[in-house]
Amino acid sequence: MTRAPTLQVRAAVAGRVVLAAGGGYAVAGLATALLSLTLPMPRAEAVTTATLLSFAVMVGIVVVVFAARSLGRAAAIIGGLALVLGVALWFVTGSLSIGSSPIGPSP
Amino acid sequence: MKQGFRQSMAWLHTWSGLVVGWVLFAVFVTGTASYYRAEISRWMQPELKREAQVTPEALAAAADLAVVHLQTHAGAARTWFVTLPTPERPLVELFWRNKPGTPPGHVLLDPQTGAPAAMRATRGGDFFYRFHFELNLAPLWGRWIVGICAMVMLVALVSGVITHRRIFADFFTLRRDKAAQRGWLDAHNVSGVLALPFHLMITYTGVVTLALMYMPWGVTAAYKGDQFAYFAETGQITKARPAAGQPGTLAPVGPMVGRALATIPEPLERLTIVNPRDANSTVVAVFEEPHGLSHEHPQVAFAGTSGDVVEVLSGGLKPAAKTFTTMVGLHEAHFAGAALRVLFFLCGLMGCAMVGSGLVLWTVARLPKAGVATGFGWRLVHALNLGTIAGLPAGIAAYFLANRLLPLDLGARAEREVWVFFGAWLAVALVGLWPAPRRAWRGALALVAALFVAVVIVDVATARALWDDPAWFLGFDAALLALAAGFALVSHKVARFAAPRRMRRVMEAPAAAPQMGRA
Repeated sequence: MTRAPTLQVRAAVAGRVVLAAGGGYAVAGLATALLSLTLPMPRAEAVTTATLLSFAVMVGIVVVVFAARSLGRAAAIIGGLALVLGVALWFVTGSLSIGSSPIGPSP
Repeated sequence: MKQGFRQSMAWLHTWSGLVVGWVLFAVFVTGTASYYRAEISRWMQPELKREAQVTPEALAAAADLAVVHLQTHAGAARTWFVTLPTPERPLVELFWRNKPGTPPGHVLLDPQTGAPAAMRATRGGDFFYRFHFELNLAPLWGRWIVGICAMVMLVALVSGVITHRRIFADFFTLRRDKAAQRGWLDAHNVSGVLALPFHLMITYTGVVTLALMYMPWGVTAAYKGDQFAYFAETGQITKARPAAGQPGTLAPVGPMVGRALATIPEPLERLTIVNPRDANSTVVAVFEEPHGLSHEHPQVAFAGTSGDVVEVLSGGLKPAAKTFTTMVGLHEAHFAGAALRVLFFLCGLMGCAMVGSGLVLWTVARLPKAGVATGFGWRLVHALNLGTIAGLPAGIAAYFLANRLLPLDLGARAEREVWVFFGAWLAVALVGLWPAPRRAWRGALALVAALFVAVVIVDVATARALWDDPAWFLGFDAALLALAAGFALVSHKVARFAAPRRMRRVMEAPAAAPQMGRA
């Protein structure tokens, strides 16, 4: 533990905060949209289940980001997750021909 | 973060808790007070006389009077909300939404005459309720800030649990004769761990109450963003009936109230009248939740122009929707009887204690050595701690005092009560700038205790003649005295705990608090 953290350490901490908030929300949002469309239950039930779970997903992501050995590793994990979810969502919306991306201005 | 999982979680716990601690303290205090929202409102309007019962005929007549008032004063409004009289609160409360950009309307009526009720203007317990999730800011801003803080609190709770290797042993540990830092650490652990299920439940369900605002992407994906369609499909609200765009005349509402009461065996809570002057107007009778945990209001919808029933909602939610309404119900605790409500209130106080002791612990763990000046960061945290932990309760006491002391015919009286609340809060927060921290704490907490005693004295002196049930009002006052005693006790303990000799011992043995010390 250093007495006065160097600029590098401070930047790494700030990076994790940004990654935890932004990445955590993005992964949670993508997972909610994907599960809302794919869970094998009536539409309203799927949306409710996915939305209720989303906050636990986000907390889990935050813990992962702060527990990872380095900022780069954390970014790789979150980026990979977001990519997988995003691609899956793209396929699902494409096959359902819903069209609009879930992350974006709502009509 | 380099030092291993538990250390990184300890770091996360310390800093995430500190950053949002002040907002969370305010949210916990006002949320805890909101368990007694109706009681606070009643205490703040002692002119109100309760009634033995309200008959269905009286409800129907009150609804007709409400519509007459709304047609005269709120003809252009898009939606009318009518809260009907109950034995506890025999008043008609009207609320209406105008065009976007214009403020909503609000009035209390006497259910017998239809004239505005003769009572002092106040926001009562509703002020704490709204502050709990909107912080008296613009609703959107307040809700997002509180939501973000609640998410950080969830992170702090989870990381706090991971940090505690000895979570069960800590459960039973309060080493009050050891060093001050140990005492605060143990107080934080006991208040945090003992009520941990409550804290986790209340934080998660709190976020869930506004889930679709924070996490709308499921509805965006599956319903193209139409939240009304989603809620109607889950069975929580009746289906929306769009306006026809042609004028129509609202049929008498009294008979609709009668039919609704004959359909649903619960107390009728309110009427919602949508597009009241349209040919496609809708009247929805919303009932109280049936006995049980779930926040699930039975509803009967009528076509406004004909008075025909178009939809009846009563139970039958699917599992996920039931889970959602149960979580909201758990958060609001409407189901709780008197004894259980006391338990929720005490758990809420434990939450206040957990956040407060955590904030104080941060400063105690970082006290500089004797003779060394405190840094800016330490002084800032200390001032914000004192300003919040003593300032907010002082504001609440001052709000109650203003309710009894402001002239009854004062213009904008309800808003001025709120000004007094913030004025007193700010005044006590300035005490935090006093150069001697220990004396500042002691003085501010003693002041809070004195203010609550003053509330009781002023209440008895000015409002005694108005009490319709003296035992009830004396009970409320006794609760305020208990709060005053609590603050006086903490004020006394702060003086004892922060004695210089003890402080020195902490500084000589910094290794004594390894678990959640400085990270």
